[in-house]
Amino acid sequence: MLIPCPVCGPRDIREFTYKGHASYLDRPAEDAAPEAWNEHLHLRDNPAGPTRDLWYHGGGCTAWLVVERNTATHVIAGARLTREVRDAG
Amino acid sequence: MADLIATSTEGRTLAEADGLSLSQTPLTPIWAIAPYRGKAGPTSEALAQAHGLPFPAPGALHEAEGARIAWSGLDQAFLLGVRPNAALADHAALTDQSDAWANLVIDGARARDVLARFVPIDLSPAACPPGSARRTLMGHMPALILHPGGDRFEILVFRSMTGTAAHDLTRAMRALSARAAL
Repeated sequence: MLIPCPVCGPRDIREFTYKGHASYLDRPAEDAAPEAWNEHLHLRDNPAGPTRDLWYHGGGCTAWLVVERNTATHVIAGARLTREVRDAG
Repeated sequence: MADLIATSTEGRTLAEADGLSLSQTPLTPIWAIAPYRGKAGPTSEALAQAHGLPFPAPGALHEAEGARIAWSGLDQAFLLGVRPNAALADHAALTDQSDAWANLVIDGARARDVLARFVPIDLSPAACPPGSARRTLMGHMPALILHPGGDRFEILVFRSMTGTAAHDLTRAMRALSARAAL
């Protein structure tokens, strides 16, 4: 399996570490209700289809990526730098 | 207490087989240059002025006036063989990493075949032309692989992993030449 790193180009899966769903980027405010934190930390959808998750390219450029992939077909549609996704809002 | 004498394999040829040689070559100093946010432009200008080198694009290795600069990760480059000019400190974080890395040099016609046993990337001339720097894995070890040209590859691994990396490469060299002799 190859992940298309926007810095390094397509790279083998073994260079990457999986973190979790891209919703980890939307961190609740420090004083948010416990329910919001519970949802942020623990509640996940389990889609059969497109999803976005965070991968760390530790065996390469060390960038954090938001990877779009399809859980049903295993197709990886693309990857962007996490900071670009965050800065784009 | 026993007197401990520091020893190193630096500067020695570690293995030779079928026109391939593996050595640990001193490579100092090594300075990491990490531009502060939004300072990539000024950093590159200061580098060009002081050392005649640009800040490298991802995957690039440049050489000028006896110094080299290698891309070494997202927003980071290694300046090799020269101490960075003090003016660079205005635009980038400078870290002396000379003691952190070991430089294993493998040179010879089958160097790519040896490395193919360890790295998950394509090092063929088409994918990795002269003047390339690649961050990848060598086995399970993070590595920075420099390819100045010819059949020469310089493999930078964390210094604590020198023994393992040299052992792996030596074994692969031996295995390749054993296969060739069949």
